[in-house]
Formats: sequence, C-alpha cells, structure tokens
Amino acid sequence: MRLEPIANPGIARTLIPPALAIATTVVIASLLAMIAGANPFGVLGLILKGAAGSKFALLETLNRATPLIFTGLSVAVAFRARLWNIGAEAQLYAGALVVAVLGTGMLQWPPGLLLPGLAILAMIAGALVLLIPALLKVRFGVDEVVTTLLFNFIFLLFVSMLLEGALKDPMGMGWPKSARLIPEARLPRIIDGLRLHWGFGLALISAVVIWIIQARTTLGYEIRAVGLNRNAASFAGIPVNRVLIKTALLSGGLAALAGYSEVAGLKGSLTLDLSPGFGYTGIIVAMLALLNPLAVIAAALFVAGIFVGADSMSRAVGVPTYLADIMLATALLLMVLAILLTRFRVVRE
Amino acid sequence: MDLFDILLSASFWTAAIRIASPLIFATLGELICERAGILNLGIEGIMVAGAFAGWMAVYSGVDLWTGVAVAFVVGAAFGLIHGVLTVPFGLSQHVVGLGVTLLATSLTYYAYRLALPEVTSPPKIDAFQPYEVPLLSDIPLIGPALFAQTPLTYLAFALVAVVSLVLYRTPLGLALRAAGENPAAVAAQGLSVTGLRVGAVAVGSGLMAVGGAFLTMSAFDSFFFEMVNGRGWICIALVVFGAWRPGKALLGAILFAAFDALQIRIQQTPLGANVPYQVFLMMPYFLSILALIVMSRRAEVPAALMVPFNKGER
Repeated sequence: MRLEPIANPGIARTLIPPALAIATTVVIASLLAMIAGANPFGVLGLILKGAAGSKFALLETLNRATPLIFTGLSVAVAFRARLWNIGAEAQLYAGALVVAVLGTGMLQWPPGLLLPGLAILAMIAGALVLLIPALLKVRFGVDEVVTTLLFNFIFLLFVSMLLEGALKDPMGMGWPKSARLIPEARLPRIIDGLRLHWGFGLALISAVVIWIIQARTTLGYEIRAVGLNRNAASFAGIPVNRVLIKTALLSGGLAALAGYSEVAGLKGSLTLDLSPGFGYTGIIVAMLALLNPLAVIAAALFVAGIFVGADSMSRAVGVPTYLADIMLATALLLMVLAILLTRFRVVRE
Repeated sequence: MDLFDILLSASFWTAAIRIASPLIFATLGELICERAGILNLGIEGIMVAGAFAGWMAVYSGVDLWTGVAVAFVVGAAFGLIHGVLTVPFGLSQHVVGLGVTLLATSLTYYAYRLALPEVTSPPKIDAFQPYEVPLLSDIPLIGPALFAQTPLTYLAFALVAVVSLVLYRTPLGLALRAAGENPAAVAAQGLSVTGLRVGAVAVGSGLMAVGGAFLTMSAFDSFFFEMVNGRGWICIALVVFGAWRPGKALLGAILFAAFDALQIRIQQTPLGANVPYQVFLMMPYFLSILALIVMSRRAEVPAALMVPFNKGER
C-alpha cells in the first residue's frame, strides 16, 4: 500500500474519519464494559451524563481540563519546534513546588503581587527544569525524549524526598503533604459559590497568548521554521539552537503553570499524587489539537470529559476505572490515524 | 562492610546479573526496532503487558515456558499495532509509542482488576528457580553470578548471541539493518521495507514483553502495579549507550544493574542510613542520563531512524 495526498479533501473526507475514530473508541469501551459484566448500551450515555450531565459534572470537567490546557499548550509549543518534551510532568511539579514552598507565608508580598509573583516564579522553575535537557540536546546531541522522561522520575523522587523531609506538614498527621497555603496565595473562584477557580481563566488566556505568539511574532515564525526543517531554517539565518532553548523555556513555563494552578487553585497544598499523569496526558491533548493552541482548549475539554465521564460511568456500572485510560489511548491512536486519512488516501499496489 | 567487600562478594554479582536480565531482553527488543528504523516508545507499556500476561497465564495453569510464549505473543501484538501505525501509515513514532504505552498499561490494569477483583495482595506463582550449571557454578565469584541463575537469565544471554549473529551474519540481518540505514536501497532490491520494519517491531516488542515477564516469573513471582517503574525508558537509554550493538548493550545493562545492586547495598550501610532513600533511587536515572551524555557524541545512530519510508517518494 501507498499513501497519496488528496488535493482538495471535501467536507465528507474531513469529517468522516475523525467521527469514525470516536465511534470506534466508544464501541471498544462498550465492549470492554460488557466483558466486565455491564450493559454495553448504557455506556455512552453514562459517560456523557458523568461529564456534562449536571452542574457538578460540568464543573468537575472544567476543573480537570485546567491543568490539561497548560500541559497541552506546553507540549504543543515544544512539538511545533520538534522539541520532544515528554517531561511536562516534572515541570508541572516544579511549578507546584514553588507555590508550596513560597505560598505558605515565606514570601511576604502584598496580596496583589503575591499571586502573579508566584506564577512567574513557578514558570521560571519549570523553564529551568526543561532547560537542562534542552541544553544537553543542543550542546551534546543527547536525545531529549529519554532525558525528559528520566527527569520525570528524578523530579518526582525529589518532591517525595522534600515531602517526607523539609516540606512535611507538622499538622499533616504523618502524611507526606506540604503545609497549607496562606489565603492570599490561593487563586480565587471566578464566580462566588461555583467550584471553579481563576486557574481556568489563566489557562484560557495562556492559550490565546500562545496563539498570538505563534501567529503574529518572529519567535512564532522561527519556532515553526525550526520544526519544519532545521537545516533550511539554519540556512535561512535562523539561530536554531537559540530558538530551541527559547521554545524549551516557554514550554517548561507553561507546564509549570499547571502545577501552580492545581496547588494555588484547587488543592491548597502539595502531595505526591497532585498529578495523575497530567504531563503525559498533555501529549494526547496537544496531538488531538494538531498542536494548535486554541484547539488545545477544546481537546483538553474533550479529554477531561472522557476522564470525568468514564470515571463516573465505571463507578456507576461497576467496571474498573482504567477504562478511561483505555479510551484515551484508543482515541489518541485512532485519531492520529483519522487525521492522516483526511489528507491522504490509501492506494493499493 | 566497605565498598571493596561489596564488589568482591558473589551475592552482589549474582544480584547484578539478575537485575540485568529483564533489561537485556527489553534492550535487545528496542535495539531490533531501532536498527530497522523505528523508535519504539511502547516499550514501557509492553513490558507491563508482558509481565502480567506471562504471570496470569502461569497462574491459570499453563507451564512456565508457555507463559513466556504468551508474554511474547502479547508483546508482539502490541508491536504489530505500533508497527502498522508507524510504518505503512508513517505516523509520528513518538506519539504512537506513547499511545501504545498508555494502551498496553491501561488494558493490563483493566484485565488485572477483572481477573482478580477482590485481592489486596496479588497471588504468587511457582516461578522459575535458579539452575546451577554443574562444575561452572563452582568457580569463585563468577560461578554463582553467571551459572546459578534462572533459565530465563540464560535465555537472555543466549539471545544476545543470537541477535548479534542474525544481525551481522545473515541476509535477514543485513536487510534489517539496511531498512534502518537506507530503506530506498532495500526497496530497490525488491524487498519490502514495510514488511521488514513491521516484523522487526513485532519481534522486538515480543522480547520487551519477555523482559517484563522476567519480573513476574523469575524475580518477584507476582504482579504489582508500577512494577516496571521506568525500566523501559532506561532500556532506551541503554540502546544508545550500547551504540546500537547487542554486545555493547549487554555490557551496558550489566554495568547499570551492578550500579543498581550497589546502591541497594549502600543504602543498608550506616552511611546510607543518613541519606534519604530517594537519593539512591534517583541514581539509576542520573546514571542513564550521564551515559547518554558520554556516548551521544560518538554514537552511530541508524541513519533512517524515525524517518518514515513511502515508496514512490524520492
């Protein structure tokens, strides 16, 4: 078989493969639920109901989407330059760590400055965490996929060490958990009485800012050029290594905001289970969004919906909650294939 | 006990070879994939699936070697998914690999929960037992380390020789390496690049799964969540460290495992008791990164690694 580009894909060609990908994902999930002894026909309805069927469900989905928008943006920015940052998880914890350390009263800044200040410091921490693999890449040619992956493990152990040592909350009943943030270091709710904090607003703003950077600035142009063809970019006088470093700083900073928003917005303290793999899931979000910053918002809502919905469904019908992860993996693999098939047709030889 | 005593004790080297064994399987598997031009980031999840499949098969009554075969087939099946998506369709190897890792891991955990819904501590199986090779196992130091291991360890060492032989001494190996260096030349010979690459990913993934199965069938005798714990990613570093050669990769795996065995022993000394245990657990990852830095400069990366091949495109 061979792939042949389609010159003018029509509406059907653009819509049918992704629709089939989602339908297949739902069918697979239903079959797996059936194997577990549940009624397969109720699965889709229960997922939708669990993700958006009530005010509570919807807020849960929005809260879950917030860190995913940040990590999705982080990955989208990096992958655009073909900088394979698989380490958003570590960068997320770097941001979370800054808030957990400085937000407990250690930083005595006026209330109006504390939250933005913490955000900036968190971003710097995340940027530094990705700077190391990026420097190793441009200096020594060390593959960043492996180094960023390995740094996830190193950084999580580092956080675990601090949570059991210097950062351990004396009031935490022996639990490895940092002390609670002071009220001034907490992100307020967007609307009083609704469990949704300003981290979500910041995520939306970040997506727009990144979109502007990519579409309207020289850096955005350079990042795209480096991603398309490094040699050509270098030949055109673009300082490739410097662009890669800038990309890394931006990407690491964005992932750190996920940790910032989770600690300052949702949790109020740092524990080792702060992120159930938001950094890795950010890769799924970014790919589903085709690395487009604005589409990251939609993709994050979709992924968060699957998580929250499948979680609620699996508890309702009594199947293991890992079904949500299976659905995400299936959706990702089928979707990247479907997106390819919107632009290419398969020709038999 | 000081460092010297540790390094000269037979139990230390026995442990090192045992720790190296799963890494050898999985590193060989990854090496085969990469030699054919495919980076397989599914490795971590495929090891999880292999660990569960082999163990579950034995738990439900088949004999140990059939369990190993089941693990291999399950790994090869995930490899086939990876291969089809990345080779004929040429999709991003990074994304597909991470997707396969997530798919294999979550399917495994789902299956585990379905098979054993109520258990808090997973049951043990009658796993592979050490087999002492007559005479050879009596050699001081080397004997117990190399010749008093379980059959799976012997298989791992034998596979290093087999993979070397196939890669460097057979037409198949030549074609496979060429698929990773210059696929157009392979196609010009009338061979199928797609077939070679997909086949390599399937077989390589099977080996990764056997590496995972070593953990449940020859080391811990049981299946735990998170038991693979980044070993797959370390194997990817070991492939680079071994400069894509099976023999060097074997040395790398043993070196790495020796270091791992050493940090466990230092943890138990009075010196180690004063250092947080997390510092020791970080060491293998730091070591991997260090190895990458040292080796990356002169590594001969397969020229067509991560380059999709579409026939007719020149």
